[in-house]
Amino acid sequence: MSSLSLPRPTRRTAFGQIVLNEARLAWRQPRGLLAGIGVPVLLLVIFDLIPAFRKPAANLGGLTPLSVYVPILIVFGLAMLAFMGLPMPLASYRELGILRRLSTTPVPPSWLLAAQGVINLCMAVTATLIIVVAGIALGAPAPKNPAGFALSVLLSIAALFAIGLVIAAVVRTAASVNVIGRVIFFPLMFLAGLWWPRELMPGALQALSDVSPLGATVEAIQDSMQGQFPPAASLLVLTAYAVAFGFLAKRFFRWE
Amino acid sequence: MRTQMITRTREPGPAAGRPAVEIGHLRKTYGTFVAVDDVSFSVAEGEIFGILGPNGAGKTTTVECAIGLRSPDAGTIRLLGLDPQADRDEVHEIVGVQLQTGALPPKLRVGEILEMYRSFYRDPADVGELIEALGLAPKRHDYYRSLSGGQRQRLSVALALIGQPKIAVLDEMTTGLDPQARRDAWALIENIRDRGVTIVLVTHFMEEAERLCDRVALIDGGHIVALDTPASLAARARDGKTVRFLPSATFDDRLLTELPEVTRVEHQGQHILVTGTGELVNAVLLSLAAAGVTARGVQLDSSNLEDAFVKLTGKHPHDDKEGERP
Repeated sequence: MSSLSLPRPTRRTAFGQIVLNEARLAWRQPRGLLAGIGVPVLLLVIFDLIPAFRKPAANLGGLTPLSVYVPILIVFGLAMLAFMGLPMPLASYRELGILRRLSTTPVPPSWLLAAQGVINLCMAVTATLIIVVAGIALGAPAPKNPAGFALSVLLSIAALFAIGLVIAAVVRTAASVNVIGRVIFFPLMFLAGLWWPRELMPGALQALSDVSPLGATVEAIQDSMQGQFPPAASLLVLTAYAVAFGFLAKRFFRWE
Repeated sequence: MRTQMITRTREPGPAAGRPAVEIGHLRKTYGTFVAVDDVSFSVAEGEIFGILGPNGAGKTTTVECAIGLRSPDAGTIRLLGLDPQADRDEVHEIVGVQLQTGALPPKLRVGEILEMYRSFYRDPADVGELIEALGLAPKRHDYYRSLSGGQRQRLSVALALIGQPKIAVLDEMTTGLDPQARRDAWALIENIRDRGVTIVLVTHFMEEAERLCDRVALIDGGHIVALDTPASLAARARDGKTVRFLPSATFDDRLLTELPEVTRVEHQGQHILVTGTGELVNAVLLSLAAAGVTARGVQLDSSNLEDAFVKLTGKHPHDDKEGERP
């Protein structure tokens, strides 16, 4: 074979190759795609079939329940990717000895973590766009403050992914990540208003929701969708989560 | 703790150049447990060097320190003159490692995995040629999960070789293979060595070490208890050689005990068992012939590496093996 005529691989092509293979795996084992994009879109379509969801409600500030649910479903997708899509492959790579094998090559195992970050970031952005577009198609308004919306989404991705990396850091196996991901996903989704919109929560619960990672995300996204700049308090909460959990993940991540 | 120390460094043959691996007074502890203590050896370029020992002897720790996966508490390690801690990147370019455990993502194809690992190295091997040499060419487009145990093992070896390393470290590469696959793997190792690669082979198969290794280090309790060629180690397992025969007539034992080569003469029924050293067989047969006695049914017994292992460590090499692997 003509190995001499091939260009000499560089570090950049090495990272590209890792991302390429991670993308293949994300496509062939579409857990992240299904949970992060498929399920929220499906829920949105189901809500649209419920007539009450399409009528403006006074206790929701004159919004239709469907448009109230668009930010909640965006958060649903982001949280699924952050709490399961990101940490599960990393835990399984550690379990399978792949991170250890990489430690014996010129490429450090942290590149695999970075590649997972890239893949999940792409999926998170795609999921958000698909849900916004599907929402518009079903009669919900488009984000009226796009800059605030983009900032809210990116900041919540940073916060939620940092939490996901802490899960990947301390949980030993992919199976346990699956369990722990769910254990934190459902209470946090409750606080985000999946079953009980934040607008209808009693004061104490709403205060708790405000400082929870998914509650702060919903608030920031909801406000920017309605045209305001997201409240400083929620942006601050998200930044605090990103910094604190990012630090913890870096401190406790085990490569073998 | 003082174990039986028979460390004897044997100078490599004239063909050998500078040492590929040099380990001096390596020590590694985990908490209060001393995994490796005062381990020293050097491996010449182009040599196949075996590391043998019972489970928990310190083999894997030694190897992990050598390739820079663990930092030693004390001692020096040089791979072709490089320090695996200080010159990490360069060491990983020239050392290919096949670790004892280690799977790959089930839904990646053989070719995809190899192309990715290929991109990590400055001067990698050609994927097509490598999988041809390893008999994996028909599997290039198959998922990892569809590979047999032997094929996975060969892929793992392929990943250790894809960077065209100067030193290959193979840890228990034939564990779990059937006998035919194991023999194929042995042929492969010899083939790699013939291409000039120095090989460090961790194994618990005595037959494998005997067949492949130029020299072996026998490690037990964190120490090297013996370091020599497999043949010399085997010879040391007994006080000497034995020859057993049926004499055509009775004779005085002194006929043999007076020979310098003979250390002991035993009667086993009608058979005679002579233990000794050097040119034992010739000496015995000549003396008998001179006395008009012919020896029939002559059996020579030479011990093998497994005997040496049992004698030097007090353990059987396969005793505690499977406990670790489900």
